[in-house]
Amino acid sequence: MAIEGLKDIVLDYVTKEYLEDDSEALTYDTPLISGGIVDSFSMVSLKRFLENKYAIQIPDDQATPEAFDSVNKIATLVEAFVAKKG
Amino acid sequence: MAYSDKIRGTYQAQLKGIQDAGLFKQERFIHSPQAADIEVEFPAGSPLRKVINMCANNYLGLSSHPDVIKAAHEGLETRGYGMSSVRFICGTQDIHRELENRMTQFLGTEDTLLFPSCMDANAGVFEAILTKDDVIISDRLVHASLVDGIRLCSAMHDTIKHSDMAHLEEKLQLHADKRFKLVVTDGVFSMDGDTAKLDEMVALCEKYDAMLLVDDSHSSGFIGKTGRGTHEKCGVMGKIDVITTTFGKALGGASGGCVSGRRELVEMCRQRARPYLFSNTIAPVVVAGVLKVMEILSKSTERRDKLERNAAYWRKGLTEAGFVLKEGDTPIVPVMFFNAKLAQDFSRSLYDEGIYAIGFFFPVVAQGQARIRTQISAGHEIHHLDKALAAFVKVGKKFDILGKTKQEIIAKYGM
Repeated sequence: MAIEGLKDIVLDYVTKEYLEDDSEALTYDTPLISGGIVDSFSMVSLKRFLENKYAIQIPDDQATPEAFDSVNKIATLVEAFVAKKG
Repeated sequence: MAYSDKIRGTYQAQLKGIQDAGLFKQERFIHSPQAADIEVEFPAGSPLRKVINMCANNYLGLSSHPDVIKAAHEGLETRGYGMSSVRFICGTQDIHRELENRMTQFLGTEDTLLFPSCMDANAGVFEAILTKDDVIISDRLVHASLVDGIRLCSAMHDTIKHSDMAHLEEKLQLHADKRFKLVVTDGVFSMDGDTAKLDEMVALCEKYDAMLLVDDSHSSGFIGKTGRGTHEKCGVMGKIDVITTTFGKALGGASGGCVSGRRELVEMCRQRARPYLFSNTIAPVVVAGVLKVMEILSKSTERRDKLERNAAYWRKGLTEAGFVLKEGDTPIVPVMFFNAKLAQDFSRSLYDEGIYAIGFFFPVVAQGQARIRTQISAGHEIHHLDKALAAFVKVGKKFDILGKTKQEIIAKYGM
């Protein structure tokens, strides 16, 4: 189930965390890791941010570069864990 | 059959891809000792050319100093060629201990441990002192050897935008729940030549109870009033928990490195660091050479003073000529070309003018950030710098980039 504002929150965080001032704006579908914008080793703060904000735990084996490769994919992952929480 | 045609073909295609992308590196063969003036064979099989070297880490001009060579000879005579051992078995001589003590005194720390290289020091230190309950927060432009060492460690790893202290503070707050926090930075950044804000980092580490590790490989011997390093320059001697540095740059240029810092952290490396446990000890000849380098540096600051003057002269000359440089005040002066092929072509043209300076491009630097990283030495005289400047200007005119902005260069040559 879609969480209101989630995609914009993620987009905003990724922009502030990873982009320099003169970078092009991201979209919900911009490939973040495969596109070289986010180093897969830099995902940890995004993961922690999402876990803290939505009170979820994302196991390391599910916090993969594929699952974090776009704002849309990240939103899907977060929504799945929030739904599991019940 | 081992190494089948299929396997060979895969790698050949990959290598061709590197060539087609303009990212293939070729070696040059130097037929003389390292110095401001060198003799080079390039391409392979060509007659030797005498050229001025503008890209060595030979910051203090000590790599071929006669006193260092003499001391190395004496080391060979009195302590032999190789130890055939790792340190803890039978690879520690009295001169290893003497050099560790000398570095402790020079860097202003509590203890020091030698490693076969700073690459090894960086590979070993994190795993030796941290666990999965800890976090490493590193600047996004730290040296590759630090990245590799961090990857070998089970601690969580997060990063900050380059030299962004507000971002560092956010991360120190974000990771407050971890057992230990270790902030990691270069002292002088190897590709950009800028200096870490160690005074601000120390203050933040103190505020948030974090440790601080600095790789000072591009600083030791010449940054700071007496060349102690970036911590001296930033007024925070005694406040860095771990310093790693190399003997392969200003401090003689042969090989070797060390971890220096808080007594317990250094001892943990002595007990647990894998490169210390499993890699051969530094050869006695190298230790003897470095001891002489440290003796030379302890007597006078004239070399680091001359280096500082040379670097300022060089940077001023390039700036006035209209090149795009990375800002800074160290002897690392990157001349930016952004396009990998342009950097390589410019380097080749410089070589034709008698100047040896190599283009850097992906993966050494990020895509679109190709450059020629010039490095100044106390071994350079003004006539070397003037000749090099004239060559840069001549080639700069040839490629029509003088006075152009980054955007204009990229518009002309692409990224």
